[in-house]
Formats: sequence, C-alpha cells, structure tokens
Amino acid sequence: MSETAIESARDEEPGAVTASYLVAGHTLKSWLTTTDHKRIGILYALAITVFFFIGGIAIGLVRLELMNPKGAILSDEGYNRLFSLHGIVMVWFFLVPSIPATLGNFLLPLMIGARDVAFPRLNLISWYIYAVGAAFTCYAIVAGGVDTGWTFYTPYSSLYSNSNVLAAALGVFIVGFSSIATGVNFITTTHMLRAPGMTWSRLPLMVWALYATSIVMVLATPVLAMSLLLIIAERYFGLPLFNPSEGGDPLLFQHLFWFYSHPAVYIMVLPAMGVVSEVFACFARRRVFGYIMMVYAIMAIAIVGFLVWGHHMFVSGESQYANVVFSFLSFAVAVPSAIKVFNWTATLHRGQVTFEAPMLYALGFLGLFTIGGLTGLFLASIPIDVHVTDTYFVVAHFHYIMVGGSVSAFFAGLHFWWPKITGRLYSEAWARFAAIVMFLGFNTTFLPQFIMGYGGMPRRYHVYPQEFQVYHVISSVGALILLSAYLLPLIYLGWSLLYGTRAGDNPWDATGLEWQTSSPPPKENFEEIPVVNAGPYHYHPAEEAPDAARREPQEAQGRKP
Amino acid sequence: MSDAPTLLHEPWPSLAREKEGVAFGLWTFLASEILFFAGLFLSYAVYRNLYPDAFRIASRETDILYGSINTAILLTSSFVMTIALHASELDRRRILASCLLVTAILGLAFLGVKGLEYADDIDKRLVPGPDFSLKPAATRLFFALYWVMTGVHAIHLAVGVGLVIYAGVQVQRRAIAAQSPAIEAISLYWHFVDSVWLILYALIYLPGRS
Ligand code: HEM
Ligand SMILES: [Cu+2]
Repeated sequence: MSETAIESARDEEPGAVTASYLVAGHTLKSWLTTTDHKRIGILYALAITVFFFIGGIAIGLVRLELMNPKGAILSDEGYNRLFSLHGIVMVWFFLVPSIPATLGNFLLPLMIGARDVAFPRLNLISWYIYAVGAAFTCYAIVAGGVDTGWTFYTPYSSLYSNSNVLAAALGVFIVGFSSIATGVNFITTTHMLRAPGMTWSRLPLMVWALYATSIVMVLATPVLAMSLLLIIAERYFGLPLFNPSEGGDPLLFQHLFWFYSHPAVYIMVLPAMGVVSEVFACFARRRVFGYIMMVYAIMAIAIVGFLVWGHHMFVSGESQYANVVFSFLSFAVAVPSAIKVFNWTATLHRGQVTFEAPMLYALGFLGLFTIGGLTGLFLASIPIDVHVTDTYFVVAHFHYIMVGGSVSAFFAGLHFWWPKITGRLYSEAWARFAAIVMFLGFNTTFLPQFIMGYGGMPRRYHVYPQEFQVYHVISSVGALILLSAYLLPLIYLGWSLLYGTRAGDNPWDATGLEWQTSSPPPKENFEEIPVVNAGPYHYHPAEEAPDAARREPQEAQGRKP
Repeated sequence: MSDAPTLLHEPWPSLAREKEGVAFGLWTFLASEILFFAGLFLSYAVYRNLYPDAFRIASRETDILYGSINTAILLTSSFVMTIALHASELDRRRILASCLLVTAILGLAFLGVKGLEYADDIDKRLVPGPDFSLKPAATRLFFALYWVMTGVHAIHLAVGVGLVIYAGVQVQRRAIAAQSPAIEAISLYWHFVDSVWLILYALIYLPGRS
C-alpha cells in the first residue's frame, strides 16, 4: 500500500481539494448542530466510546470480586447492580448503536453514492434522542444503580426490585427511538438515493447488512419499547399487567422482551458480517465468493431471526411444543450463518491474503464468531440447554458472539475505514499487535467460562464453590489483558489523528465508491455523483471477463449533471 | 409552482423524488408503529383468551356513548384531512390551512371527550388499585390494558394535533409551501392514528355488548 499511498496523498495545498467535512466549521456548535451524516457518525462514536468504558469499569469490578470465592469486596446488592449496569450499558448503549450508528452513518451514503442520508435532520435528532436516553441511564447509575439485569424480567422489575428501574427502563425506552429513527433513515436512503447504476445486485455487502439490520431495528425495537412501557405502567401506576397474583402472566413479558431481544442479536451481528465481508474482499484481493448467496443469507438471518425468540425460554414453563418448534427454528437460523462462514473461508482460500491490521481483526471475528455460533447450537438443543442454562456457559457463548464477533468486527471496520474517516494512517505495527493481544485476551477471558459453566458455575452469583476459583482467576487475568488491548487503539489512533501520515484517497487499493472520493471526504461526499457500471469487489477486473467488458472506468468523470 | 421558500432539501435530486422518499420513510415508520401497538394487542389477546368472562364484564362497564362520539369525531377528522391533502396537491394554500385547523380542532375535541370519559372512569373507580370496584380479579387486567392502550393512543393523537397545528401555522405564514412533502407525511400519520382507534373501539367497547 505504501507507494500508492504516497502517490495519491493530497497535501494541504489550498484549492487542491474541496474542503473536507472535518474542516467545514471548527466550532463546537458546528458539530452539535451538524446534519452531515459523517459528523453524526463521529458524534455517535464518541458517545459509545464513553459508554464502552463505563460498562468496562463495572465489569472490571465484577471480575475483581470473582477472583475470591467468598466474594470479598462487594455486597450482594452491589454485585447485582454492577453486572446489571454492565449488561444494560453494553447492550443498549454500546453494541446496538455501535456499527450501524458510527460506521454505518459514516459509510452508507458514501457507499451508495449519495450526498447524505434521506433525512439528515432526523439523523441529528436521533443522536440527541440517544443522548437523552443516556442521560436517564446515567442518572439511574448515579442514583445507585439497577439490580434487575439487562433483561428487566417481571414481576421482579415491576414489583419487587428496590432500585432505579424507572430511570433505567426509561433510558432504554428512549434510546430505542433513536434506533428506530436510524433504521427508517437507512432503509429510505438505500431505497431512494442510490447513485445511477447502483442496482440492488451491485450493492456492497456492507450496505446489504445495514439494510437488513435497519429492518430488524424498525420492526423489533417498538416491541421492546412497549414491553418497557408496560413495566413502567405496572411499577409506577400500579396497573397489574404481569403480576401473577392478579392473574397476569410473567411469561407474556418474556415473549415480548425476547421478540425484540433475540433479533437484537442480529442488530449486533449483521453489521459485523457486513464489515468483515468488505475487509476480506480487500485483503484477499478477491470478490466475495458467492455474492448472491451472501445477500440471501443476510436477509434470511434477518427474517428467521424473528422466529426463534422462544429458545430463551426453554426452562421458563412455555409449552413443550413451543420448545420443539423454537429449537428447530434456531437450528434453521444457523444455516445461513454457516453459509456465510463457508463463503468467507472460500474467499480467503482463493485469494492472495495479506495480514494488515483490519484483516487480523476480521480473522479474529471469523474464529470467535464460529465458536460462538457452534456453542449456540448446543444451547438450541433443549436437553443441553436445560443443563447449562443460566450458567457461565451462556455467558461465554454470548460474549463470543457479541464481543468476539461484533466488537472484533467493529475494530476491523474502524481500522479499515480510519484513513477514509480521518485522512490519516495509524501505526500498522501497533495496530497488529493490539489485534493479536485482543484475540488472546479474549480467549483467556472467556474460554474458561465455557468450562466452568459446563461444570455447573451459575451466572450472577458472586459466592461460589472453591473448585471454580482457578477458572475465575484465569478469566479475570484475561479481562485485564483484554482491557489493555482496548486501551491501545485509543493511544495509537489518537496519535495518528495528530501525527499520522496522510493516507491518500485509497490506501488499501480497495474498490467501492467510498474510496473514490478524497480522504477525508468533502462535506457533500462527491464532487459529482458517481455513475456505477459494475458490481462490487472488482479486485481483478481483467480476470473477470464478463464484468470487465461492462466496466468502463472513469467514465463517470466526464459526466456533468 | 408556489412562491414559498425552497421545497427541495438536501440530499434529494428532485422534488418528485423527495416526495416519494418522505412517503416511503413514513410508511417505514408506520410499520414500526404497528408493531408498537401489536405488543398491546397481543397482550390483550392473551388475557382475553384466558379470562373471557371477566373481559365481557369489564367491557360492559366502559361508556360506549363516549366511545362512539369519539369514533365519529375521528372519522370526520380523517375526512377533513383527506381534503387537506387534496388542497395541498392542488397548491391551494388557504383551503389547506383551514382544513388543517379543522382537523386540529377535531383532534382536540377527541381529547376533550376522552378526558371527560377518564373523569367518569375514575369516579366509577375503574382504575386498578386498592379501591377498584369490579369483581372478578381479572377485570383489572382489562382495565390495566384499557388505560395503557387509550393512553398511548391519546399521546399519539396529541403529537398529531401538535404536528397539524405546526404545519397549519407554517403554511399560513408561507414558511412552508402548500405542496411540501410534509403535508402528505402528516396526513398519513393522522390516518394511522385514527385507524388504531377503530381497533381500540372494537376491543374496548364492543365485547360483552351484543
Ligand atoms: C472486558 C470484557 C468483558 C468481561 C470481562 C465481561 C464479563 C462479564 C461477566 C463475568 C458477566 C456475567 C455477570 C453474571 O451474569 O454474573 C457478563 C455479563 C454480560 N456482559 Fe460482559 N464482559 C465483558 C465485555 C462485554 C462487552 C464488550 C459486552 C457487550 C458489548 C458485554 C455484554 C454483557 C452482557 C449483555 C451481560 C449480561 C449481563 C446480565 O447477565 O445481566 N460484556 N460480562
Ligand atoms: Cu436468542
């Protein structure tokens, strides 16, 4: 990449480039009132980083506590509040908005050749909605925290819990609207604002993934909002909605909750799949194997994902028939995921792979997501789930998917598009090092949790039999390694912002419209709206004869609006 | 075309496209809204299935007169809103503004009637709680849902009234054009909120009255 990078690097000569979005206004107000999707993406990135570390501090204390089987430093109450805080913050304020609201906001219009998202002001409003929801949740934290877990199960949350359920649930309720607004915006943008020639079958997989994610956000989030509203009605106004002593059915709450929260897993994982598809194609210098299958798989995951929520309730007393159906459907949803894994592997297998930092993170995703997915099959089969439900096996499983999968992919994307976003290069050596430490730290933390979970260590307990201590200690040491791996990027990426060399428009020699504009892009994204003549991922146009014939590069240049 | 300020906004290439886009976006949002209410309808279905008798008894306590008046008011408002949309398409600013005004008044009338009904309900001690007046315990579930469903609907309607008034004032002041895509969006939203009421009417007032 070095030569092209230097050749195409643009200097700050006045007039050489249209002003980038970064310098279009320097005041704080110009950022807080911006309707530019790129700046809004950055606002989100800052906000979720704060929450990532809040959630991290909470779990740091939990892991410290768990080093000792007697539970030496925290009270029972304090422990419950800390892991609840960790879950609530990580899921609702970090993971759900992570890739879509940051990278997605930044990239979606660029990738389809649009000047902005369909409703730029709504986009800004959605960030403020996020901020208001966050404020409620922060209040709940400062006022002493919540102890319901991130799932707010009734009737505990609505009747018994003696903590700040109201503020926390309101925070999550509000932040949901920000997610819906983003979803509406992305869906409309993808339908209505694609550049000339950007047909559906030419969309990059990242765009497909964001599109599918948006559908899930739009259709699932309102159900969560409603179930939280019902908790608030029960808790605050005394309306008996899920109270069994009044004839109410707590299972109903779980159905409503998981109808959102299982698809929410796909809100976290689909964008991750989009990111790694782009990264694999670029660093294997190959078009993604089986593009059409990949698209179908994305949509299938989004749709079937709505039908499997009951696998969270195998032991809750739902009917045996329901259990069997949900178990079967859960296996079914594994099929498209497996297709994706196979197609990525095939892409890599046929490619000329190089190991830049984004690629290392993406490979980390592939490994960890596969382990998470396979253990998901264990959990989908009823007899095994009955054995390991509510143990650390589950904790390990969902961390492999959510943290090993989504967070690795988030870092892959961040590193891949960093030169586009900031116009700067970061230190490759440090980035590779961090990627490797992150992978090792992750496995040190969560592999032992599979073992102790299978051995019977229940989740959400801080006093436990001596025999599990060794696993807990390894896990806590792993968490420390992981923490340092999360801090490293903060340092070298920050350094790159200040001192990094200029990246040039396309340091990776990648395909995709976002790489055709300058880095960082001008406020209006493209000097002229590009015209698309070919499908995505033309890394070897010459070899792909039928497509090469269609491709007339730079034709777009001559076109005046 | 109208003399009002620019109709076209970034990032849309043309006004026609922007109109399509706004309508599309609003339909997407309504899909989301439908699922929002679906959570309530599902809860209602589950409990009515579990306690059919209690639901019949409870439903008979509701005041069908208020309910029917309100249904009539909303249907009329939807009709006026349709004229408003037509006026917007024909670029008839004055007619548009007055139709929006009438729609808003009807919306407020609905909320007023609903307020009277709530007052009666409270008098009749139909709020689930210690001094709830009805007998089989499960009637509380009906009334819990009654309050949440009508409350959520009333909030939606209040938001609608706010939007309609805002749009009306802006149109009157020529701050937005009569043909602004916003008018279609608001009318779609209004019709949606009215449709939800029709479902609520059937769920709340009709069971147990045959
Ligand atoms: C340093 C990294 C992390 C460590 C060491 C860690 C550790 C843990 C532990 C031990 C629990 C179990 C608490 C219990 O049930 O007793 C837990 C729960 C959870 N974690 Fe993490 N976690 C980490 C990162 C994350 C991240 C990045 C996310 C999401 C992005 C996340 C999401 C969750 C969720 C949703 C729960 C469930 C909370 C609950 O059971 O209510 N974690 N974590
Ligand atoms: Cu699930």
